[in-house]
Amino acid sequence: MAAKNDRYELNKNLAQMLKGGVIMDVTTPEQAKIAEEAGACAVMALERIPADIRAAGGVSRMSDPKMIKGIQQAVSIPVMAKCRIGHIAEAQILQAIEIDYIDESEVLSPADDVYHIDKTQFAVPFVCGARDLGEALRRIAEGASMIRTKGEPGTGDVVQAVRHMRMMSAQIRKIVSMRGDELYEEAKNLRVPVELVEYVHENEKLPVVNFAAGGVATPADAALMMQLGAEGVFVGSGIFKSGNPAKRARAIVQAVTNYENPEILAELSEDLGEAMVGINEQEIALLMAERGK
Amino acid sequence: MKIGIFAFQGAFAEHARAFAELGVQTTEIRRREHFHQSFDGVVLPGGESTVQGKLMREENLLEPLRRAVQEGLPAFGTCAGLILLAKKISNDGNAYLGTMDITVKRNAYGRQIGSFRSELEVKEIGNFPAVFIRAPYIESAGKDVKILAEYGGKAVAARQAHMLVTAFHPELTDDLRIHAYFTELARGRI
Repeated sequence: MAAKNDRYELNKNLAQMLKGGVIMDVTTPEQAKIAEEAGACAVMALERIPADIRAAGGVSRMSDPKMIKGIQQAVSIPVMAKCRIGHIAEAQILQAIEIDYIDESEVLSPADDVYHIDKTQFAVPFVCGARDLGEALRRIAEGASMIRTKGEPGTGDVVQAVRHMRMMSAQIRKIVSMRGDELYEEAKNLRVPVELVEYVHENEKLPVVNFAAGGVATPADAALMMQLGAEGVFVGSGIFKSGNPAKRARAIVQAVTNYENPEILAELSEDLGEAMVGINEQEIALLMAERGK
Repeated sequence: MKIGIFAFQGAFAEHARAFAELGVQTTEIRRREHFHQSFDGVVLPGGESTVQGKLMREENLLEPLRRAVQEGLPAFGTCAGLILLAKKISNDGNAYLGTMDITVKRNAYGRQIGSFRSELEVKEIGNFPAVFIRAPYIESAGKDVKILAEYGGKAVAARQAHMLVTAFHPELTDDLRIHAYFTELARGRI
């Protein structure tokens, strides 16, 4: 068991190395290189970016391993890939090709509507989405070594990522302010082990790194999420669905480093070309964030 | 006594915590103008060397930092920081500060599945819990470089005059001895 605990620590440690960085969705080795050159700290290899998954409809699955390997060969930064919620075999396949991080993602069609993957059975790390603290701690109890907000992928609308990040921060503040003997009841309410609630109570944060994801389309969006407490951002459709992907990617990377400096953010926001058009939350039929609680 | 920590990307907060526990004051360096203060030493943290090197270049900090380190500013690089200080990166066309006479290999142990932890004998420190995350190692070093630790026959910690590097991450452990060692180095005592 010591080896397994070591593995989990090492996997949490990799997420620590990604902090202050931008993880970009890419669909080809060429896009992966553009992302790396623009300063991405990791890339998410997938066949279709969320906006296109949303447009295409139908069942969305793990990407072709050959396509993922092509991206692994193209860049030297960590490569992540998505498997469906609860799809143990897809996760095993991604582990077999030595992926650096698996995203058990609501962006793909869920394979299991009750159970998430028991991530403690894997050597490679997992990142999972969460809309609130309970969901985050449940995923961590299952072995996730990194958390991201669920946002609403493929929309270019940041409202849900903001809602999830604020919700998580508010719930963390509430637990910090509780008496020690109140934590047991709170653990029951959140449906999580009391040890995780105790960790939050003592450390005023999640036990793993927490990124923002979903709807981040501009340097200002990225800076907003960092100011709300995100430790880094995922950018999906926002880059390669925009007018000038390389320039926008560079600007978002800079914005995450300089998120507290409005003068620099103003410069970064200039002349980026067209942002992805986006759709508003109210206009979409399928809320992906509702998948897998 | 004040240490500047480069905070472009990566695990800079972990270094700040380690120095705080030692009672050493630190400041984050994110912009060119943050570098004007007179630091007693600088830290180049772990993270992605491609990202940090690129932001350092865009911020026009590569040259001033290279000059300052060449002129004797103590520098401590962990993992990505080691890569930034290296004269040559064998499997990457990039070179950044190039102030330390070492050739390094990036991602030398492969992908995340190759990340590991090991107890190492570190010279001048003793037995140390070393955490390697997609780590580099030092392939070869010039005669002025003193190798402080090896793993599997490869150098993973070294010192050259006022420059200290580790391929592993002391900032991810509770063991403060390497940070204390760098503090002494920055004070000019060792």
